[in-house]
Amino acid sequence: MASSSTAKIIDRNIPMVKLENIRKSFDDLEVVKGLDLEIGSGEFFSLLGPSGCGKTTLLRMIAGFETPNSGIVSIAGEEMTNFDANERPTNMVFQSYAIFPHLNVGENVAYGLKKLRLPKNEMKARVLDMLKLVDLDGLYDRPSYALSGGQKQRVALARALIMQPKVLLLDEPLSALDKKLREQMQHELRRLQRTLGITFVLVTHDQEEALIMSDRIAVMFDGKIAQLGHPQEIYERPVTKKVASFIGVMNFVSGEYLGKKGGKLHVRTSSLGEVFLKPGQMASDLQPGNVTLGLRPEMLTVLYSTNDNSENEFKAKITNVSYYGDMTYYSVEMPGPDDDISISMRNTVGRHVYSVGDVVRIGWGAASIVAL
Amino acid sequence: MKTNSRPLLFFLIIYLGFLYAPVVLLPLFAFNDSAIIAFPLSGFTTDWFSWLMEDESLFGALKNSVLIAVTASFISTIFGVLTARAMARHRFMGKQSMFGLIMAPLFLPEIIVGVSILIVLMQLGLALSLWTVIAGHVLLATPFSVSILTTAFNNLDRSLEEASLDLGENRIGTFFRVILPLVTPGLISSLLIGFTISLDEFVIAFFLTGTDPTLPVYIWSLLRFPSKLPVVMALGFILLVVSLVLLGIFEFYRRRSEALTSGKENSGI
Repeated sequence: MASSSTAKIIDRNIPMVKLENIRKSFDDLEVVKGLDLEIGSGEFFSLLGPSGCGKTTLLRMIAGFETPNSGIVSIAGEEMTNFDANERPTNMVFQSYAIFPHLNVGENVAYGLKKLRLPKNEMKARVLDMLKLVDLDGLYDRPSYALSGGQKQRVALARALIMQPKVLLLDEPLSALDKKLREQMQHELRRLQRTLGITFVLVTHDQEEALIMSDRIAVMFDGKIAQLGHPQEIYERPVTKKVASFIGVMNFVSGEYLGKKGGKLHVRTSSLGEVFLKPGQMASDLQPGNVTLGLRPEMLTVLYSTNDNSENEFKAKITNVSYYGDMTYYSVEMPGPDDDISISMRNTVGRHVYSVGDVVRIGWGAASIVAL
Repeated sequence: MKTNSRPLLFFLIIYLGFLYAPVVLLPLFAFNDSAIIAFPLSGFTTDWFSWLMEDESLFGALKNSVLIAVTASFISTIFGVLTARAMARHRFMGKQSMFGLIMAPLFLPEIIVGVSILIVLMQLGLALSLWTVIAGHVLLATPFSVSILTTAFNNLDRSLEEASLDLGENRIGTFFRVILPLVTPGLISSLLIGFTISLDEFVIAFFLTGTDPTLPVYIWSLLRFPSKLPVVMALGFILLVVSLVLLGIFEFYRRRSEALTSGKENSGI
């Protein structure tokens, strides 16, 4: 529908959604605790967190289904804190899809156009265009009860997008789909967002989904934003242990930060020995004392032959093997008091898969470590 | 399971026989060629139905009853919609006790209700009329309407309403374009049950009827004349057939709308 020449210009300097000191309680339970956030125009933004962290409530306050107890909600530069949902330039794709069961596909998609009082044939033309955009050609007359989950999802998307919203809100839209369909929809949503240039705000508890789709992610715990950043920042440089273990798998090794030594940060661990980190790998305000080091499973390597070398290595016994086909996950015992750590290895031609009890050499590099 | 099924089957037959044997007697005696309601049957006749057609006061009573039943079921359904909506969507002080008070007439003896209303009407100096019967019947039917419609409104997915608001529709438009179509089966149930309750209600109607009797009151008055008993049987037979047809129509629509809203593709339309 929208060619590259008509796609809206993405300008991340203009906040499309601006939340200032938002607080929201239900009865005595405060679910959003003084939260500030700016979402740029044309951004694919994700609110990521476990259930009960307040992410859905936050989305519903942007949509106009909930009013904050205090704070300001602005959309496209206009204050809309107390506006009803039908007065806001936002549209929502609901977790349950909320397809009107008494209407067919065409009527569902055309629902919001009614107040525009378009001529019948123009209305139909618009609906057909939109159905084409979401790959639902030919389903115009299909009754809504005869739709599959994936098709309902697309109808919900078409029904929202036909309103030409400034912000599209997606509340866990893919959680009810099976894995294959979910992956396909992730790419399609991303493609649609790039084509249309509309700001998308996605709520999800699935960290992988957030990493794949988003320009930026806000990780939320307990009514507050724990970390805000690009997917790579969030994954590679988590700021707290909680964020680190919520996003993917993270191995933790305890150590003691002894201070700077030759421009590097010196950490002594019983499992990995002396570790030297660059300043960027650690929060700048960290004081000497106990510290936790985080290592991603893919940043450790099983050294298969004597010719394989690594910056550092240690010997360890394998305690568990999980074979995934393309990958093998090993758990290995640490020499120190730390918990077993997990290592992922890609299975390539001729590469041996070890068994529980085997003793292997594990290689690691200080550059991939993050201190928390 | 199998060893226990024989006594259960026996129980089922007794139970169904007890329930439906009297109903089977209706058509038997409605077409029986004798003024005495007793076996053996003496012959086939349709005379009782012709008598029925000529009885003008009976038609008057039928007309009153239908008028009362239609009006009472509409009013109780409107009350039901308002109450159910409030119950399903709003939280307010005394909600549970208010709900209890609305449902209470279900458990009050009708004779007490009838006498009480009569006393109140007398005190107010109001004449008994069709409207006084309607008022009594609304009181009886409202708890049924409320309980049916509360279920219907509770089953309504709230996100459907939100989706409508989100797509720019206002609250009134949302009510007519989304909520009303989806609770229609509940509305039909409520109207139908209100109609049925009112149509065969005797005690309250007996107390509150003025000069125009309802059908049950009229039938009761017929019972004083044994020779009229077969006519009552004929009338009962007609009412039975009409109820079965109504029930069939209702069930057809109920299943259709259930298939529409349940989201299943093959739920037997």
